[in-house]
Amino acid sequence: MTLINDTHIEVNNLSFCRGERKIFDDLSLTIPRGKITAIMGPSGTGKTTLLKLIGGQLTPDQGSISVDGEVVHTLSRRRLFELRAKMGMLFQSGALFTDMTVSENVAFPLRVHTDLPDSVIGDLVLMKLNAVGLRGASELKPAELSGGMARRAALARAIALDPDFLMYDEPFAGQDPIAMGVLINLISHLNRALGHTSVIVSHDIQETLSIADYVYLISDGKVLAQGAPDQLNGSEDPRVEQFMKGRPDGPVPFHYPAQSFEEQLFGGSQ
Amino acid sequence: MIQLLQKLGAKSVNRVAAVGRAGQLLSQSLIAKPAPMTMLPLLVRQLYFIGVLSLVIIIVSGLFIGMVLGLQGYTILVDYGSEQAVGQMVALSLVRELAPVVTALLFAGRAGSAVTAEIGLMKATEQLASYEMIGVDPMRRIIAPRLWAGFISMPLLSMIFAIVGIWGGSLVAVDWLGIFSGSFWANMQASVSFSEDVLNGVIKSLVFGFVVIWIAVFQGNDCVPTSEGISQATTRTVVYSSLAILGLDFLLTAMMFGDF
Ligand SMILES: Nc1ncnc2c1ncn2[C@@H]1O[C@H](COP(=O)(O)OP(=O)(O)O)[C@@H](O)[C@H]1O
Ligand SMILES: [Mg+2]
Repeated sequence: MTLINDTHIEVNNLSFCRGERKIFDDLSLTIPRGKITAIMGPSGTGKTTLLKLIGGQLTPDQGSISVDGEVVHTLSRRRLFELRAKMGMLFQSGALFTDMTVSENVAFPLRVHTDLPDSVIGDLVLMKLNAVGLRGASELKPAELSGGMARRAALARAIALDPDFLMYDEPFAGQDPIAMGVLINLISHLNRALGHTSVIVSHDIQETLSIADYVYLISDGKVLAQGAPDQLNGSEDPRVEQFMKGRPDGPVPFHYPAQSFEEQLFGGSQ
Repeated sequence: MIQLLQKLGAKSVNRVAAVGRAGQLLSQSLIAKPAPMTMLPLLVRQLYFIGVLSLVIIIVSGLFIGMVLGLQGYTILVDYGSEQAVGQMVALSLVRELAPVVTALLFAGRAGSAVTAEIGLMKATEQLASYEMIGVDPMRRIIAPRLWAGFISMPLLSMIFAIVGIWGGSLVAVDWLGIFSGSFWANMQASVSFSEDVLNGVIKSLVFGFVVIWIAVFQGNDCVPTSEGISQATTRTVVYSSLAILGLDFLLTAMMFGDF
């Protein structure tokens, strides 16, 4: 509990546009070190975009993001790559390297960032694959895996270097209940035992809330609500309640911004 | 009218910006501390995919073009009674023009399009982003080996094309049409100069190889990461490369042989 005020990542007054559409409008949030922070919100709000901004793959239009006190978008290319070696990111699609086998994928970060001998790398790879239940699939190519397996293999790759900071983009999507349980245990174990800072982006509310220390609910480019899982579950705010209970009707828009439905349906025929 | 101008302006700005991005790609991928231990295996692999796998099409095309040249040269020259010069004609047309140009066109179609599609698909499946997040620069890891492999393969392929072509020409002229082989080869040796013809051919193929592979990796890296985006980028690689090859060939020929 002494680490509670230690900030790992700080997002300050972030604005970001995709073409005409403003994805983030003056967004600020902090991610505490050594905790599991969940970022939730309707799909299309820009959760993936936020992770890419943190990783320095996109540049903010305004505001800044700092990781370990370093402002990401002002770093030189070389410094940025050094910083990224300390981050792990699980992509929504898995993004395994298709020209390598599963075990080569997991070994890749170890090969490029460490001087460990092959036998040690081999053992580490086996341990990581065992943790995600894919030790038996180590010689398969990514094309031979199902979506859920590919995501787990990608997770093994993301944790290969034991990074300080892990970003999970939709880790639970497409997982069967058993794999889901294993992943939840794995993510919370990595956090509690090794002290990684974790950011989880997810739609699976109950699973995510069960392991998160702190939750940000994002909608329309702003932080809609934040707090510990219990606080959000008990929230009186109708917008928060709608999202947490998964109700289709309510103040949070389900639709991508558009003209009104009646207008579009009948507008043309008059 | 104003809208048309606006569109034209926007298009030109986009083009200029694209040229800028292409230059940036080149500097980011090639200006680096050399790391032979990691680069060499990657380069060898790309030399195989880009160079070795292009050999079949290059050899077959070279053979047929050489044979056609031998046949055409013979039918034209025989009217003037100078069919002995067919070796000289075949060799000069191949070494100066056809080997660099046709090899480059085939290279754009065979290797350039493959490189664009591969890099485009890596972008679409977030593999490039994945390399970045692992802390490995895709410019060095993916783009640079392909650039070097294309740059190295093209002159070699062009030489092979010329050699096979000359052999094809001799097959037709000497073995089939019965020209005395001594005069076929002697005429050729007497007229093809190393510094003028061979070297200029090699320079041409170096330039073409560089331009083709640069266009290919840039189009792949810059594509819209969807299926249509990749298909458009692949088409653009072949079209832009072909136009660049033909335009540059005229320019280079004028510079090399134009001082009358
Ligand atoms: N490459 C892109 N170009 C343009 N718009 C994009 C691109 N990627 C995402 N977007 C837009 O950005 C918004 C946020 O996308 P994303 O971050 O993927 O949402 P989420 O992960 O929250 O579902 C979406 O409305 C999407 O249309
Ligand atoms: Mg997403």
